[in-house]
Amino acid sequence: MKIQQQEGERHVLTITVDNEAGILAKIAGLFTARGYNIDSLTVADITENHQVSRITIVTHGPPAVIDQIRAQLDRLVPVHKVIDLTELGPHVERELALVKVSGKGEHRVEALRLADVFRARPVDTTTESFIFELTGAPDKIDSFIALMRELGLVEVGRTGIVGMTRGASGA
Amino acid sequence: MNTERSGADILVESLVRQGVEFVFGYPGGAVLPIYDALFGDARIRHILVRHEAGAAHAAEGYARSTGKPGVVLVTSGPGATNAVTGIADAFMDSIPLVIITGQVATGLIGSDAFQEADTIGITRHCTKHNYLVRDPGELAATIDEAFQIATQGRPGPVLIDIPKDVQVATAMLSDAAPQRRLRYQPQIEAGADEIARAVALIAKAKAPVLYTGGGVINSGPGASSLLRRLQALIGAPVTSTLMGLGAFPADHPEWLGMLGMHGTFEANMAMNRADLIVCIGARFDDRVTGRLDAFAPHSTKIHIDIDRASINKTVPVDLPIVGDCARVLGQLIDAWGERPAPDLTEWKARIQGWRARDSLAYPKTGAEIMPQLAIERLFALTRDRDPIISTEVGQHQMWAAQHFQFFAPNKWLTSGGLGTMGYGLPAAIGAQLGNPESLVIDIAGEASIQMNIQELGTASQYRLPVKVFIVNNEYMGMVRQWQELTYESRYSNSYSDSLPDFVKLAEAYGWKGIRIEREDQLDAAIEAMIAHDGPVIVDCLVAKQANCYPMIPSGAAHTEMILYGDAVAGTMDDEAKALV
Repeated sequence: MKIQQQEGERHVLTITVDNEAGILAKIAGLFTARGYNIDSLTVADITENHQVSRITIVTHGPPAVIDQIRAQLDRLVPVHKVIDLTELGPHVERELALVKVSGKGEHRVEALRLADVFRARPVDTTTESFIFELTGAPDKIDSFIALMRELGLVEVGRTGIVGMTRGASGA
Repeated sequence: MNTERSGADILVESLVRQGVEFVFGYPGGAVLPIYDALFGDARIRHILVRHEAGAAHAAEGYARSTGKPGVVLVTSGPGATNAVTGIADAFMDSIPLVIITGQVATGLIGSDAFQEADTIGITRHCTKHNYLVRDPGELAATIDEAFQIATQGRPGPVLIDIPKDVQVATAMLSDAAPQRRLRYQPQIEAGADEIARAVALIAKAKAPVLYTGGGVINSGPGASSLLRRLQALIGAPVTSTLMGLGAFPADHPEWLGMLGMHGTFEANMAMNRADLIVCIGARFDDRVTGRLDAFAPHSTKIHIDIDRASINKTVPVDLPIVGDCARVLGQLIDAWGERPAPDLTEWKARIQGWRARDSLAYPKTGAEIMPQLAIERLFALTRDRDPIISTEVGQHQMWAAQHFQFFAPNKWLTSGGLGTMGYGLPAAIGAQLGNPESLVIDIAGEASIQMNIQELGTASQYRLPVKVFIVNNEYMGMVRQWQELTYESRYSNSYSDSLPDFVKLAEAYGWKGIRIEREDQLDAAIEAMIAHDGPVIVDCLVAKQANCYPMIPSGAAHTEMILYGDAVAGTMDDEAKALV
C-alpha cells in the first residue's frame, strides 16, 4: 500500500498571542504534532509593553484542514485571535530579503541595474560584492533571486511574509 | 492583609483556597520544599502513590467520579515523565487535572542537572496549558488561572512547573483572591438562531438519533437530566460513546446501547440509517465512526460541542453548535416548548427489528466461565449498591461497557481516547477517596492490572476498600482477538505467561484474595467480595479465547459488524491493517 499525501491551497494566517515563554514552540509544535504544513513563519512583539506578539504563518492544505488549523490555534490559551487573510480577501503580503551577490565587470553592473528595476537597495558594498535589501511580495523576491543566480548569487536571507488586510479597519 | 511567604507556602495556600481536598503525589528532591509545607497541614490530604503514573490516574478517577479537578504533585525529571501517560490520558478524555511538578532551580535549567527534564516541552502537546513559574509572586495568580482553565470550557490537564528556588524564595501573599486573569473565556451558550435551526431539524426528522458522549458527563449531572428531558420531549432513541455511558439510563426503552467498534447492532444500524444525528458532547472518534465515507451516510448532522476544534475535525456536520452541553440542552428544551413529540412509530419499529438480533448474546461453551457472564453477574449482584466502575483497557473493558449497565453519570471511569492499560486500579483508588461510601470496582484484565499493580499498596495504606475484579483469560485478549481475526491466529507475544498468583499477591499486600474457577462459584465469590470490609482481588478464570462481539473490523462500515456466529476470514488487506 502507498502512503497518501494531501495537496491544498495556500493560506496566510495572522495570530495574535500573549508574548509568553514557549508560545512559539507551542504553535510550531502544534503544526508538527497534527501534521500541518508551515511554509513560512514570522513573529515579533507588536505592542508598546511587549506583551502581545503577532505571528504570521503561511500554510497550505485542503479547506477542512485549514479550518482545523484555525480552530486548533484558537483553543490555545495564549492565543487571542486567529485571522485567515486569504479567506478575508484583499490583503497585502510583504517579505524582506537580503541577497548577497559577488562578481566583477559586466555582471556587477547588470546586478546593480536589475536591483534598480526591482527597487532593491545595496546595504553593503565592496569592490566585488553587494548585499541588496529587497521588500515585496514573495514572487517578486523569487524572481529577483532567480536573476541574481546568473550574476553570482552567494547567499540569501528571507524573513517570511507579514500580512495585513487592505482598507481602513483592522482584522 | 499581606504576608511574606515562601513559594511552597503560597502554593499550598492557593490549593486550599481552590477547595482541594486531596493531592495525589510522590516526593522527590525538587519538591522537598512543597512537601515540607504540606507537613502537618491538616487542610489537604496527601495520598502517597507507588508510582507517579498512579498519581495521575488516581487524580483522574477522583475527578471523573466527583466532577472536581484532581491534583497531582510530583518531582522533576522522572517524577514528571512518569506522570506523562496519565496527563496525556486526561487530555484525550477531557479530565480536569492540575499537575504540579518540581523543577531544578532556575539557574540550573538547561544544564542537564540531576533529575532535570524539559517538563514544559514534554507536556506541551498533552496539556491544555502549561506554565513554568519563575517568580513566586506569580504563583497565586498562575494557580488560580490553572484551575480556571482545567475546569472551564472543555476540561483538561494543566501543568505548573515550579523550580526549586521559586519554592524557597518568598513573595507577598494577599488574603484577597488574586486578580483573576480573564483571557480564557470559552463560549458556553449557543446562538438563538442555531437553536431554532436545530429545533426545526429535530421536528421534521423521521429517523433521529441522539449520539451522546463524555461532554454530557463533563458538563455536570444537570446535563444528564436535561438529556433525559429532551429525549422525553422529542422521543428519539439514544446511543452513547464509551465515555458517555451513564448519562442516559441503560434500562430506558429508548436506550440503544453503546455505538461504535464494539457497540450494539441496533445502535450502529440506527446511526447508519438515521436521517438526523444530534451529536451531544462527542467527537466522532474513529472507534465510533468506523470507515468515514460510510459513516451515517443518510443523515443531517447537528454537533453540539464546547470545543470548536472538535467540530468538522473528521466528519463534516450541517449545523455546528459551540456551547456547553447542559446549557445548550436547556436552550433546546426551552425552544422546543409545547410542541408534540414527532411520530417516530415507523423508525421505532425498524429499531425493534435490529434489537431482535440480540447482538450482545454469546454462546455458552462447556465448563469455562464466559467473561460476559462474569460481568453480567457482577452487575446483577452489585446493582443495588449503585457502584462506581473503573476499568483497564482491552476486552474486559468492552465487555464491561456492553454488559454492565449504568444509570447515572460519574459512575463509569475508563480510559477511552488514549486507551491506557493500568488506568483502572489507581482510578478506583482516586474514586474511592472521593466517594468513601461507594462500592468501587476495577474491572480488570490479568495483563492490564499488572501495569500499575504497585498501587495495591496505596489502597492498603489508606484503608481503601476498592475491589479489583480480574477477568483472567491468560491473554492480552484484545490483541489476541485482532491476531485471530487479522493475522490468522498467529498469537505473537499476546499470551500472559508467568502470571503471579493473584490471590497470594493480594494477601501479600494485606488484601483479601478470591479465586473463581467454576461458574457455580461466581455468585458466592462476588457476594464475598462485596461483603468484605476492605480491598479485595477477585481472580476470575474465564474462557481463554472468547471474542468481544459485535465488532466492526478496522476500515469497515457500521453495517459490516461481526456478530457471534459469523464466519471470519482471519485475514485483512494492508489498507485495513494500517488502521489502528
